[in-house]
Amino acid sequence: MEPGTRVRIKKNNVTYEGILMPSATDNIVLKLDNGYNVGLRPENAVVEQIESYNSEIKEQPVIEEVMTGREGLPQLTILSTGGTIASRVDYRTGAVSPQFSTHDILAAIPELGEIANISGRVIYSILSENMRASYWQKLAREIYNEINNGAYGVIVTHGTDTMGYTASALSFMIRTPVPVVLVGSQRSSDRPSSDAAMNAICAARVACSDLAEVVVVMHGTTSDDFCYIHRGTKVRKMHTSARNAFQSVNSAPIGKVDYTASDVTKLSVEFMSEHAHRGDNKLELHAELEERCALVKFYPGATADIIDYLVERGNRGIVLEGTGLGHVSADWIPTLERVIRDGIPVVMTSQCLYGTVCDRVYDTGRDLIRAGVIEGMDMLPETALVKLMWVLAQTSDMDEVKRLMQTNVAGEITARRANL
Amino acid sequence: MAIDYARVGLRAGLEIHQQLDTGTKLFCKCPTVLRDKKDARYSFIRYLRASKSELGEVDAAARAEARYSRTFIYKAYDTTCLVENDEEPPGELNPEAIDIALEIALMLNMNIVDEIHTMRKIVIDGSNTCGFQRTALIATDGWLTTEEGRVRVDSLCLEEDAAQKIEERADGSVVYSLDRLGIPLVEIGTAPDIRTADQARNVAEQLGMILRSTGKVKRGLGTIRQDINISIDGGARVEIKGVQNLRLIGTIVDNEITRQLKLMELMHELNNRGGRVEHRIVDLSDIFRDTASRVIRRAGGLVYGACLRGFAGILGTELQPGRRFGSELADFAARYGTGLMHTDELPAYGITSAEIARMRSVFGASESDCIVIVAADTRSRAENALNEVLNRAEEAMRGIPKETRRALPNGSSAYMRPLPGAARMYPETDVPPVEIDPLRLKDLSSRLPETFEHRIGRYKRQFGLNDELATKIGRSSNYELFEAIVRAYKVAPTLVARTLTDTMVELTREGVELENLTGQQIHDIFRLLAANEFGKEAIPEILRYIANKPDQTVERAIEELGLRTSMADVERFIEDTVASKRDFIFEKGERAVGPLMGIVMREFRGKVDGKKLNSMLKTKVLELLEANKGD
Ligand SMILES: [Zn+2]
Repeated sequence: MEPGTRVRIKKNNVTYEGILMPSATDNIVLKLDNGYNVGLRPENAVVEQIESYNSEIKEQPVIEEVMTGREGLPQLTILSTGGTIASRVDYRTGAVSPQFSTHDILAAIPELGEIANISGRVIYSILSENMRASYWQKLAREIYNEINNGAYGVIVTHGTDTMGYTASALSFMIRTPVPVVLVGSQRSSDRPSSDAAMNAICAARVACSDLAEVVVVMHGTTSDDFCYIHRGTKVRKMHTSARNAFQSVNSAPIGKVDYTASDVTKLSVEFMSEHAHRGDNKLELHAELEERCALVKFYPGATADIIDYLVERGNRGIVLEGTGLGHVSADWIPTLERVIRDGIPVVMTSQCLYGTVCDRVYDTGRDLIRAGVIEGMDMLPETALVKLMWVLAQTSDMDEVKRLMQTNVAGEITARRANL
Repeated sequence: MAIDYARVGLRAGLEIHQQLDTGTKLFCKCPTVLRDKKDARYSFIRYLRASKSELGEVDAAARAEARYSRTFIYKAYDTTCLVENDEEPPGELNPEAIDIALEIALMLNMNIVDEIHTMRKIVIDGSNTCGFQRTALIATDGWLTTEEGRVRVDSLCLEEDAAQKIEERADGSVVYSLDRLGIPLVEIGTAPDIRTADQARNVAEQLGMILRSTGKVKRGLGTIRQDINISIDGGARVEIKGVQNLRLIGTIVDNEITRQLKLMELMHELNNRGGRVEHRIVDLSDIFRDTASRVIRRAGGLVYGACLRGFAGILGTELQPGRRFGSELADFAARYGTGLMHTDELPAYGITSAEIARMRSVFGASESDCIVIVAADTRSRAENALNEVLNRAEEAMRGIPKETRRALPNGSSAYMRPLPGAARMYPETDVPPVEIDPLRLKDLSSRLPETFEHRIGRYKRQFGLNDELATKIGRSSNYELFEAIVRAYKVAPTLVARTLTDTMVELTREGVELENLTGQQIHDIFRLLAANEFGKEAIPEILRYIANKPDQTVERAIEELGLRTSMADVERFIEDTVASKRDFIFEKGERAVGPLMGIVMREFRGKVDGKKLNSMLKTKVLELLEANKGD
């Protein structure tokens, strides 16, 4: 019998009645009329079908009025990549379905319609850990087209796991005259407490602002009080589950959006640091990436074999996540020297994340520089990786690679680091 | 007036929420301790969002446009973690809590599911940070027996307790404390098989005893919450929440029956009279411009009113002790923070006859009509409140509304909200289902606390109690005390059982507050009785004394009550008595003991055991007769 069938099950003198649910084991899972699910071992259970599955009695979604096309409001595009900012729960079956269409998103978060006229599209529907460089490229082209077609701002909904990487990649690939805002939720959108709606509302507000950069807008604290605006190249997910997981590393956030649930038209954006303004940039797309780059984390006792392996497998560039100021074991130096001589750039970043790489302080560092390792300054390791992909798509000249890697392109390198 | 429960067709069921005394919470490793709210380490604010259908009737009406809830402020402690904050996925179901729930289910003869599935039940009043309560159905189809018959136990759920509301602020925000959130509790629901008020109390007591017999449930204030649902023929199903005191359950049942019967009477009366609710709200502020009524001036000076045609006297009719039909209507106005006044109770509150007359003339109201008024600071507040009142008044002509009510300390109840619809539930995907190993059940079954039936049989065999007394003490919550005392001291089991049952019931009926007594004090009574420090007849007197002065010792009570008697004194008194009644004794012989016993008992009742006195007296009498024979 298929899930959704209404059945009566007699077992040990007890009668259970309800709807068959999908089960991950051999046990029968039944949703009882009181709403509870129970699991029953099939032994001694007599199952009797009462009603076959009827898709028509599926809970009809309440068609809610959705505000669209209000005059005087800016036009925003929401591009969906798989991170869900809206879900609907069917309490009859307990099924949770993510919502992607513009209508459904607006039905779930009608406040968005008070901020802007929204149009939405699903680019792809994947878990963010399954993201890869070629998807970033497709997304960059879609965003480029939206802006070209007059979008006042673009919102990208994204799973949070790799949102930092995508934000970084988009930062290098698109020079944007309008805000490009990535947003997601740390707590699932099917829970009344989800951060999804507030993040999305704040993202929409930022997408209408004067900002002209690729940014991530997410909860600033555990409270529903404000969202931070993080520069795409400086943001990192720093907590597995909490709302305020996203943090700017080595720089202050660009700004914040104070959230007032009762009137979203009154949300105020406060900028906290320098940023590009709407219209500063001319729209450009540089979507080429050299995907064959790797990020390697050094740990005590790690051998340089991994470098040889990665080069043998055809990688064109390597980012190291070294210790402290940017070190790997002195044993690695001959190997690094050799691959660099063969034209494979090696960029050093720090697993400390906070602070800048400086290989001039200790002997090992000085040896690394002598071997040709490029100091990654205060770039996040992930940002350095994405940037190396982007740089290698433009040049294979080792001096030019070094120059570009150490030149600030999209806010990834901070000249001065304040005491945070 | 005694209620004929069968005639009114009473059907009642109980729902009991009992916190479990586990080491950690249901879904995290935090301790299950309640904290002093002053010790909160930090707080944070949240909103909850829900679709319109989830906001509930009241909220949906009051905030037609809103998708967000009120502002919730949560206080967190060093004994709470990210799980309570809804910042981390819940852990697996606490196995210790599952075991306790299974044990209780087995004691209630329930059928246990093979696999436990945790659900999310939508609750958006802020009492759960996620916006849902996690709950799992553990068992169904059980029963327990009462003297009045069997009561089915429909369901037992294991769920997490909610955060505790500690403040509602003027701006509408609500403050919750997170210490209680996540403490495991079992929710046990009986079928509506209860037929009398006494039975309701018995079921509640028995459930309480079964829960306590596991030794693994929390004790004390707020650890058990009882709801009772009641319906009668022609009435409606009403759920009364938050019954704190077991002894009140019977009163609550009786009061609810009375309320529903009265409401039915009012309905007939209104229909006979041709009552009519006029949905015309009139601004009466002008009439009260210079009023002497401080109630009106303090409320903001605006007064709105409406006319209930043919309702005169109805609002003043008492439905329950301290509650008139007007109080029911006032509950609805209170939801908008306003009071309600009506002409059945006026003139009062400083409102004069002249003002009433002017109101009557505005509405063209006769003496058979009733005018309801609301004083408020804004027009919309007054109108919202009055609309609620008018709707409720109109409903009175149709029948009794199904509703959730709040128990009041005197056993009456006040309106709380409409009966909730079906629970909105969906699976908690973060918590994996737990399959119950049959061996686990077998093991738990073998270690269950003794059943009532077994205990009663054992008391008859072991302590020689008769059937009636064995049943009483066996089902009593004092059974453990009984066994401990009987094992510790040389006292008659029948006396101990009788004291812990009948004597205590009688004293409670008298109004003696026996809850004040500790187990140790009761122990002391029997220890001192066994040591002949006083006579068993004085037990009620000692209990009464200590209940009034709970910090006194039993020794002190004996002293104060003048019960302490030295056996030398007793002996001297008996000797004196015998000496002074010599002639009588010589005349009656051994049969003189009876009448003389009266004199001795008058002196030593309650101080020395009667049997002992009797044997002492007899000895002395025989000695005298013996000595006389020798003469
Ligand atoms: Zn915790």
